[in-house]
Amino acid sequence: MIESFFELFLSRYNYWMAIILMLIGLYALIAKQNLVKKIIGLNIFQTAIYLFYISFAEVRGGTAPIYTAEGVHALYVNPLPHVLILTAIVVGVSVTAVALSLIVRIYEEYGVLDEDELMQAVRGR
Amino acid sequence: MTDINGIFPAVVIAIPLFASALILATGRHENIREGVTITAAVAMLGAVLVMLPGVLAGNRYTLTLLPMVPGSDFALKVDAFGMVFALVAASLFLLNSFYAIGYMRSLQEHAQTRFFFCLAVAIAAAIGIAFSANLLTLFIFYEILTIITYPLVVHVETPEAMKAGRKYLAYLLTGGIFLLSAVILTYILTGTTDFVAGGFLAGSGSHLTLQILFILFMVGFVKAAWMPAHGWLPAAMVAPTPVSAFLHAVAVVTAGVFGIVRIAGWVFGMDLMAMLGLGTLLAVIASFTIIVASLFALAEDNLKRRLAYSTVSQLSYILLGVSMLSIAGMTGAMAHIPIHAFLKITLFFVAGAVIVSAGKESISEMKGIGRKMPVTAIMFALAAIGICGLPPLSGIISKIYLALGAVEGGVPILLLVIIVSAVLNAAYFFPVIYTMFFEIPDDAGTLQSVSEPPLTMLVPIVLTAAVSVLIFFFPSMPFMDLIEIAIAEITHQVLP
Amino acid sequence: MTLADQLPVLLIAISILASLLILATGWYDRRFCYPIALITILSQFLASIVILLQVLDGGTIRYYLGNWSPPLGIELVIDSFNGFILVAILLLAAATIIYARRSVEKEITPEKIVSFYVLFQLLVTGLVGMTITGDLFNLYVFLEISSIAAYTLIASSRRSHSYVAGFNYLILGSIAAGFILLGIGNLYVTTGTLNMAELAAMLPASYHLATVHSAFLFLIIGFSIKVAFFPLHLWLPDAYTESPSAVTVLISTVMAKVSVYALFRILFTVFTTAYIIDSFPVTGFILLMATVAIIAGAVLAIAQEDLKRMLAYSSISQIGYIMFALGVTNEIALEGGILHILGHAVMKGCLFMVAGVIIYRMGTSRLSDMKGLSKTMPISCAAFALAGASMIGIPPTIGFMSKYYLVLGAFEAGLWPYAVVLLIGSLLAAIYIWRFIEIAYFGDPHGGHGGDHHGHATEREAPLSMLAPMVGLALLCLIFGIFVEVLMQAVAPAALLLLGGA
Repeated sequence: MIESFFELFLSRYNYWMAIILMLIGLYALIAKQNLVKKIIGLNIFQTAIYLFYISFAEVRGGTAPIYTAEGVHALYVNPLPHVLILTAIVVGVSVTAVALSLIVRIYEEYGVLDEDELMQAVRGR
Repeated sequence: MTDINGIFPAVVIAIPLFASALILATGRHENIREGVTITAAVAMLGAVLVMLPGVLAGNRYTLTLLPMVPGSDFALKVDAFGMVFALVAASLFLLNSFYAIGYMRSLQEHAQTRFFFCLAVAIAAAIGIAFSANLLTLFIFYEILTIITYPLVVHVETPEAMKAGRKYLAYLLTGGIFLLSAVILTYILTGTTDFVAGGFLAGSGSHLTLQILFILFMVGFVKAAWMPAHGWLPAAMVAPTPVSAFLHAVAVVTAGVFGIVRIAGWVFGMDLMAMLGLGTLLAVIASFTIIVASLFALAEDNLKRRLAYSTVSQLSYILLGVSMLSIAGMTGAMAHIPIHAFLKITLFFVAGAVIVSAGKESISEMKGIGRKMPVTAIMFALAAIGICGLPPLSGIISKIYLALGAVEGGVPILLLVIIVSAVLNAAYFFPVIYTMFFEIPDDAGTLQSVSEPPLTMLVPIVLTAAVSVLIFFFPSMPFMDLIEIAIAEITHQVLP
Repeated sequence: MTLADQLPVLLIAISILASLLILATGWYDRRFCYPIALITILSQFLASIVILLQVLDGGTIRYYLGNWSPPLGIELVIDSFNGFILVAILLLAAATIIYARRSVEKEITPEKIVSFYVLFQLLVTGLVGMTITGDLFNLYVFLEISSIAAYTLIASSRRSHSYVAGFNYLILGSIAAGFILLGIGNLYVTTGTLNMAELAAMLPASYHLATVHSAFLFLIIGFSIKVAFFPLHLWLPDAYTESPSAVTVLISTVMAKVSVYALFRILFTVFTTAYIIDSFPVTGFILLMATVAIIAGAVLAIAQEDLKRMLAYSSISQIGYIMFALGVTNEIALEGGILHILGHAVMKGCLFMVAGVIIYRMGTSRLSDMKGLSKTMPISCAAFALAGASMIGIPPTIGFMSKYYLVLGAFEAGLWPYAVVLLIGSLLAAIYIWRFIEIAYFGDPHGGHGGDHHGHATEREAPLSMLAPMVGLALLCLIFGIFVEVLMQAVAPAALLLLGGA
């Protein structure tokens, strides 16, 4: 019983780690009051997704996807998810940049970085 | 019977629409604007009359305008029954326009451009209802009529008017939703919504489905002001009198009963309705409305509201005629549409004349007014006699047909309803005549300056009363002839 | 190799180039921004019409980017469904850019105008790309391009609340994008391809796998957040209300519709009807949530005091109508839903334009400040009345036509109670539309203002460049309704296509 549980966990540990990180990120995003911490949570969430992708690109015993002596018959790691994630990372960075600049403006306007206080300040205006 | 294809039906509708745009454009030049209204009314009546000989000979004018949804096109068809409504609407629109000009100018009402614009679009919608070839087209014009008459109802813009307007819209838009459901259900059951003389629903669904469908239609046609869904009509009396006259004789309520007669004759068919027991249902609703509305009329002191309840009662005569499911009953129902229209509009015109000339709205304040406005008051008396069903006015014609229909349809109890309501009609009209002529005003000074209303209002009053007399003496031309053709159309399908 | 063949990729390429050009020339002189944006979007609109005609004549267009054939390469696929959507969104984008000029002058600080137009063009790029792509990850990339542009545009108003609205939208939108990415990843793991057509062919073998189920759920939830499908709509009211008026017009019409398109695409083309009806039946649940959205959105709209917020909740209700079509999933209902995509875009575009015009002239969007507005701004109020009539579903406007198809489809599928709810939704729409009509046409302008003379001085009709697109859209509500047969020539094949036909 316990062996099967461990086996379940160990054989797919990459997916488990991705899920756990995702949940941590979502928790921070939703539960933390400070706006910057929310963005950190968003980053963790996005990173977890990247890890998920890259982890399933792995081929056991595969080399890097470059053209070696064996040519196309070599066992190589799937490069496509890596490419996709490069794009996604760029997207993630841009979103973070926009989010942080919005936080800067919010701080300049309202003087608070706490979600509850912000809601109060907005309603007060 | 041949179908003539041509753009004439669309022309009749296009004329007032075009005029409405012109009215908006010439809003600032009042005389030109009024001229546009009158010219359009004359042109429209002329166009309807041009088609009259063809329809009397048994032909129908058709025009398919646009394909819309699968199975239903936006199409027009001018047949005998539609012609009846169109003639009533066009001729009364002309007279009402003259009357309205006189009324609005005398009272120096505001927003006259909006008023005449809405009237023009409304008459276009009413004619559209008359000329609809299928349920979907009917529904479209029906909804347009609802929306465009709202600004007319709330014209005076007092809080009371706004409340009445909201009530008006609530009733009519809800009815519209039910009507749409009924139209869609018809399409689902049969794959078409075209009007077919004698009905096309037979055999397309279970009895229960068809009965529910009929109820959906009835609720949809809330414009027929059957009780207990009549509340919008007395509330709408806050509108200026030309609007009330228009609503209650020319367009809105007539469209409602027109729709129900169309459903009975051209969608369900009298045979199917007999099979489903719908005659009984309709008879109960109609009888209830006739009696109870007359009782409400007795209690009203405001003349226009009394006339409103009288209208509610009179409209159910038409429903009663339909419910008898006999030829005479149907004839009486169809005949009552023009007959009631001309009589009721006379009554409303007089009520408006009293408001303009004497500023009085309550019957109790109208004591002795007949002596100061003799012509006007005599017209009121004539029309009231007509509604009660006495010669030499047209009202007796429809009453006779209804009575015959009750006997023919095997429902003599409805005869009792007709007699009782005739008595009630007299009960709430004759006191008004008495008050107008024979009572002494409380304060002689108040009636000092009262005289006949301006000619633009007086002439239409006399004309509508005159037509009512004429119909008595020459019923065939053209209404009874048209109705004969219509009845032949729908019973033709009944015979194997 | 004619120009016409290259149109699909040109649609996107020209747009990106234009945004860079706006940035470059705007740095030099601010006045160049607007003409460049205007010309670009107008030419995109014309190109989209040409493409749609090509599709209706010759069938689906498949364009291989860089001539790499799928599944290695990315392809742009334009069939009758997204051809129609493409024309619809570019029509609205064109109307908005014409409208935007004066509105932007009033509502954005001068230093930000160049950035505004750059982002505007980028938003259009992203949305056009989302519409015509045939590759799932490409969809995600364009989604993010448009989303980032949207976050920033929403936050660019002078009102300080817009930063918070933009931030909230950013958070929720990023969560949605994360879910979508997860869903795409799951699909890739199962089949090894990202091309939509290939996925549709290869997925049926794997319908039973939990991976596919989870991919489906992630994708639905992610796109539902973007679509603002009740109850995942919480970002929408603030975002629509606080953003500058031109941005509101654009996102409420174009962005919302493209998100809906993407959802339809995923559900019908990638996961075919075989999946969503047989293997993993969600259509019943979607139908239920759609009817809740219709009622909830309308009820919340009635309760609002601010015109833009009322229209935002109305949008939530109207999106419920389109999802209703998805829930019923038969040909007629889908035709109604696709028609409503165009119809709602035109109606809501016009309504938000009226709101923008009122803000332009009066600086307020509170309903209580608009009493008697019809006397000073008659054309705007008339446009609102016409578009509002279409919203309620009064024939012969386009709003009536799409509702008619939806109700007809529901009746045919035997879903009577849902059809009744839809009709009740129309009545509720009548209530909130009528609030404005009553206030504008029958309210007393002198009752509320008291000593506020500032209001009277600036109440004139809107400038022509704002008035023309607004009136044009209002008239289109009527014209599209009357000539609905013409539209059906494109919509009917689209509905068939979605259900798996030719």
